[in-house]
Amino acid sequence: MTALLEISGLSKAYPGVVANDDVSFSIQPGEVHALLGENGAGKSTLVKMIYGLVKPDHGTMRLKGAPYAPAEPRAARAAGVAMVFQHFSLFEALSVAENIALGMEDPPKPRDLAARIRDVSHAYGLPLDPFRLVGDLSAGERQRVEIIRCLLQDPKLLIMDEPTSVLTPQEVEILFQTLRKLAAEGTAILYISHKLEEIRTLCDAATILRLGRKVGECTPRAVSAAHMAEMMVGKSLAQPARDTHTPGAVLLAVKGLSLPATTPFGTSLQDISFLVHAGEVLGIGGVAGNGQDELLAALSGEINAVPETITLNGLPIGALGPNARREKGVLCAPEERLGHAAAPEMTLTENAVLTARIRRGLDQSGFVDWARARRFAQEIITRFDVRTPGTEVAARALSGGNLQKFVIGREILQDPTVLVVNQPTWGVDASAAAAIRQALLDLAQGGAAVIVISQDLDELLEISDRFCALNEGRLSPARDARALSMEEIGLMLGGAHDMAEVVA
Amino acid sequence: MIALEKRPQPARGWVIGAPLLAVVLTMIAGGIMFAALGKDPVGAIRIIFWDPLFSEQFSGYSRPQLLVKAGPLILIAIGLSLGFRAGIWNIGAEGQYIVGAICGAAFGLAFWPSTHPLIFPGMVLAGLLGGVLWAMIPALLRVYARTNEILVSLLLVYVAEAMLASAATGWLRNPDGAGFPGSRNLARHAGTDNPELIAGTGMHWGVLAAFVAVIAAYVIMTRHVLGYQIRLAGQAPRAARFGGVNAGRLVILCMGVSGALAGMAGLFEVSGPAGRISIDFNVGYGFTAIIVAFLGRLNPIGILLAGLLLALTFIGGELAQLMLGIPAPAIQAFQGMLLFFLLALDVLANYRVKLKRRVAA
Repeated sequence: MTALLEISGLSKAYPGVVANDDVSFSIQPGEVHALLGENGAGKSTLVKMIYGLVKPDHGTMRLKGAPYAPAEPRAARAAGVAMVFQHFSLFEALSVAENIALGMEDPPKPRDLAARIRDVSHAYGLPLDPFRLVGDLSAGERQRVEIIRCLLQDPKLLIMDEPTSVLTPQEVEILFQTLRKLAAEGTAILYISHKLEEIRTLCDAATILRLGRKVGECTPRAVSAAHMAEMMVGKSLAQPARDTHTPGAVLLAVKGLSLPATTPFGTSLQDISFLVHAGEVLGIGGVAGNGQDELLAALSGEINAVPETITLNGLPIGALGPNARREKGVLCAPEERLGHAAAPEMTLTENAVLTARIRRGLDQSGFVDWARARRFAQEIITRFDVRTPGTEVAARALSGGNLQKFVIGREILQDPTVLVVNQPTWGVDASAAAAIRQALLDLAQGGAAVIVISQDLDELLEISDRFCALNEGRLSPARDARALSMEEIGLMLGGAHDMAEVVA
Repeated sequence: MIALEKRPQPARGWVIGAPLLAVVLTMIAGGIMFAALGKDPVGAIRIIFWDPLFSEQFSGYSRPQLLVKAGPLILIAIGLSLGFRAGIWNIGAEGQYIVGAICGAAFGLAFWPSTHPLIFPGMVLAGLLGGVLWAMIPALLRVYARTNEILVSLLLVYVAEAMLASAATGWLRNPDGAGFPGSRNLARHAGTDNPELIAGTGMHWGVLAAFVAVIAAYVIMTRHVLGYQIRLAGQAPRAARFGGVNAGRLVILCMGVSGALAGMAGLFEVSGPAGRISIDFNVGYGFTAIIVAFLGRLNPIGILLAGLLLALTFIGGELAQLMLGIPAPAIQAFQGMLLFFLLALDVLANYRVKLKRRVAA
């Protein structure tokens, strides 16, 4: 059998960096092939070359035995190569069907397209209403739009860039079923991920990159996750260290917090109550779109609540704005890095000023002290190992994981009393994720209260002292995280019935 | 095939080179147009770009006009640029300019014929407040009623024009004017006049205010927290809210500042170059300033240069109509060419042109 895609000796250098150096591997039809590597290992550049976004300096590709050198993504799509990006390129104000039609060379009539979307979404177990506005969809649903957009082109090779970073365990299971079905029908899948366990359950083969070079390949099922991690990082990974300790006094208390939805399809928060103690990590799990963003906005001060519903050390802060809360030590890191936690076009120095102006004294009588801001940005970069050419680089130029390290580092270095993070390791590679988790644990160890909102249950169980679940805007009572089983968590998430429908 | 490739950073050379090349291209294209109209192209270009400043015959009159015309354009455009950077679209500077002129003139006329030294400062303040007042209508409606400030501010221009007509023909009409519309002449009365500060330069208080505004805007945008918040709000509104920027307060502030500067520009005009409130007092500075603001890349220094360049083409254009009989539409087409080439060549600063052969897929 000839390989579907055969890559030999691909190299690509950018000024100052060699992104890919003589990379060769091949993908068989119907194979799920993992591409593994840390941030900056060159995975993105490699798939961009396959997808025609970047032109290789050297090396050749062959698709189904024929020479393949796509000049642009359109050519790649015409040849049967489709890609689902980590960051979605969807217009929020348009419907699902309109978004899909925009990406097509020759879109059919809206009604026919809607019917085709429904067919494909049913055939592959990805329920989606073609007429809903993308702006009202959860991250998981948006990903379905991107996947269905690709499937409508009937691809021979589907490239998926970190697809599960935004999904819940149940959604991941649905995605895997879809991918397995596609593979069984002969579609090859190039699967980029950091989650080694996932790769072990899903993938047939794996190619591992480090610093732009291929350092190995393996059959994921036959080797351990630790072995793959070592190949990827080049050293063995440490599990986050944590001591058992007794939590201190209550720092942040939320009592009876209810907020109406801010958008027509947003989630309203209903009677949310919880306590966080000094030295404690509280994990809040839940499927995306169940009020995570709203809860973070209520805690950060972006949405105002009744003053007494949120108290810090017994003092009401519910009606304070973001900067007043920062002054008191309540810091947040939202999920959306570009556009929310950071301004994409602004430099890292400017983005350091975004939240750290008050606590780090980055302004004097209204004038920004840019030299000081630059030093603070440099401090974040150094302490959190942010890979960037310097402080004067636009935030959008950083990879997702590096920007995440910057965003989390920016808040941690401000010495918070209470830190709230939403999806702290979304799209971050294994070693960086471990570093972020360790930093959060260290922060709690130092006496701060940490609230981690995440969809990654493994992550929550790894670092939380107590765990509660957010479902349709309601929060379950918190339980000791160490005593919980997966089934109990499933029940707490309470979203299981929804998922059952989806699978059927 | 010609392809544009985005540069990682704007090319420094082109940021300066593009406007110069645009002027040269405008001269060539405009010259062809003038030649087609049967006029001497070289003479026409010289009259537009050179004679207003350097001809012995005309420069005595037209050189001061450069600052007189550029002053209000720059002053208004600076105010607008702050809001435009933050995504707040005040299109009604013309209305704020009119209301500022009316309020300032009314203040001065209220004390007529006093020549007290505080009258002129009082007029400036009244003009400023008039502009702010007129800008607050769209600002408050946007913040509290979620209306669109583009529409509201634009439509209020026509309300302001109606008020101007009523003032000129009614309550501000010169009692000694034999019934003709128009107020007393403020410029010819000590105490209410906005005089030329240095003879033969056209420099009056409004031009000075424009220069001060350029410097202040530059400092605010690059060094002050407010400038940072304005840029943040314009680039990433959600990050701005997360960063503690109060969007409503920013709207009121930016609209207020642009209204204040437009109102002051109106007052300096009515007490200086125009002299009095008349039905046709406003000549479109408030609208042209929008072009100036964008031509200057919303950058204070850019706005200064853009204001001077646009003023030059206005003066030169008038001169060309007068001396060579070039029809007014041809002059407007010429000015349009200048804008076209400036904006078209701006692409070169951010993109690199690449010639490449189409590759078969």
